[in-house]
Amino acid sequence: MLEINCPYCGPRFETEFSYGGEAHIERPKDSENLTDEQWGDYVFMNSNTKGVFLERWVHTSGCRRWFNVARDTVSYQILAVYETGAKPPKLDLRNDV
Amino acid sequence: MKSRYSIFSLMRNALSYHEKWPEAWRSPEPKPSYDVIIVGGGGHGLATAYYLAKLHGIHNVAVIERGWLGGGNTGRNTTIVRSNYLWDESAALYEHALKLWEGMSQELNYNVMFSQRGVMNLAHNQHDLRELSRRINANRLNGVDSEFLTPQQIKDLVPIIDLRGNGRYPVLGASMQRRGGTARHDAVAWGYARRADEQGVDIIQECPVHGFEIENGKVVGVQTAKGLIKAKKVGVVVAGHSSVMAEMAGIRLPLVSHPLQALVSEPVKPVIDTVVMSNAIHAYISQSDKGELVIGAGVDKYVGYGQRGSLPVTEETLAAVCELFPSLKRMRMMRQWGGIVDTCPDASPIISKTPVEGFFINCGWGTGGFKATPGSGWVFADTIANDRPHPLNEAFSLERFNSGYLVDEHGAAAVAH
Repeated sequence: MLEINCPYCGPRFETEFSYGGEAHIERPKDSENLTDEQWGDYVFMNSNTKGVFLERWVHTSGCRRWFNVARDTVSYQILAVYETGAKPPKLDLRNDV
Repeated sequence: MKSRYSIFSLMRNALSYHEKWPEAWRSPEPKPSYDVIIVGGGGHGLATAYYLAKLHGIHNVAVIERGWLGGGNTGRNTTIVRSNYLWDESAALYEHALKLWEGMSQELNYNVMFSQRGVMNLAHNQHDLRELSRRINANRLNGVDSEFLTPQQIKDLVPIIDLRGNGRYPVLGASMQRRGGTARHDAVAWGYARRADEQGVDIIQECPVHGFEIENGKVVGVQTAKGLIKAKKVGVVVAGHSSVMAEMAGIRLPLVSHPLQALVSEPVKPVIDTVVMSNAIHAYISQSDKGELVIGAGVDKYVGYGQRGSLPVTEETLAAVCELFPSLKRMRMMRQWGGIVDTCPDASPIISKTPVEGFFINCGWGTGGFKATPGSGWVFADTIANDRPHPLNEAFSLERFNSGYLVDEHGAAAVAH
């Protein structure tokens, strides 16, 4: 069971939250001129990182607000919680995959 | 040819107190180069190596495994085998696998304990019933055996089920694939390993891969803990770690890796002689030959590489199992574990060439890879040997995420992925 520190409500169990997948994926600006490969990359591909992963969560059973989490996908330790739109904090990234 | 396993070899070895059984496969040091290197020594990888040698005459093959044979998802699944998939492409692939299962013990001279005890998928509401009927019809049109069971027929087959589901999960019907069933998962890996080894395949365990040597867009070797091993072709079939491996070759994949968990109970007398799956609850249950109830649960919703499942998922699954089978309420669970499944956006696998020449990938099996083991190895070997996809896996290319020709088995595949 993860304990996620919602930036608005404080620490709550993972069962109160829903997962939103990888964070910081930007919709391409020049969308009219994208190739199929570029669209495919934007829509489907993801980094699926083993190590520190930046991801989105929403506090479904609480404030219903979205925010970002930096979490180690091996130890599941949550290293940082920050607001949507903010830049990810500086972290020591694991390389020992 | 190694000595065959038979009643006579069993008796002969009994005379020497079973102390002189020959090793089932060698543990050689890697050669400097191979025609094909398969990364991943699970069922799929070993089957690939076996079919490369047996059907395509490529014997200079190595299987490189980070841990031990079948120690990943091959040894962590709930051993269910079925082929009742909705879409034509999937039905063809999984049915091909099921046909290979039916002759596997004889072909490998290894008892994989394939037991065609039937696989049942329950419907709990009107929508489930419609989806189920649609899938049954699609299966039959594709030559896959599938039939509808009424609640009474279900009760006759599985007396411990509560058709009212405590009011919460009423059972309104089920699809039944009688040719489906279970198999002994470890034996599948060991059987393929033994036969592949016999054909000259080198199986190298405890040898993590650190990277791939790529020159002018063509793969030329694999960097491992035992040094650089040259290869003309490389096939990667590593399930949960596919994204990590592909990244080393500069390829991005559409996968998300989740922990999927399962658990077994204490052994009891026979209470269920088929497999019962419920899509709505994402719980499935069968009984092993030892008497343990084998229960499969859902995935953790977040990306995870820790081989354990989270407890809320366990709780939800067991709560549903208890409502469907009230007599199991006081059963104690003995073990719980997790495997890392590589789920694809369309819940179908990727068995494909890649932008890197000579580099092939077989991944994205998600929560349902075990049933496909022989078929997956068969088509992957064919793809690697001929440098083009076999008609059976043409639809499962990496290219489909650019063209949009997805094989969307989400929910359609008889169980939620």
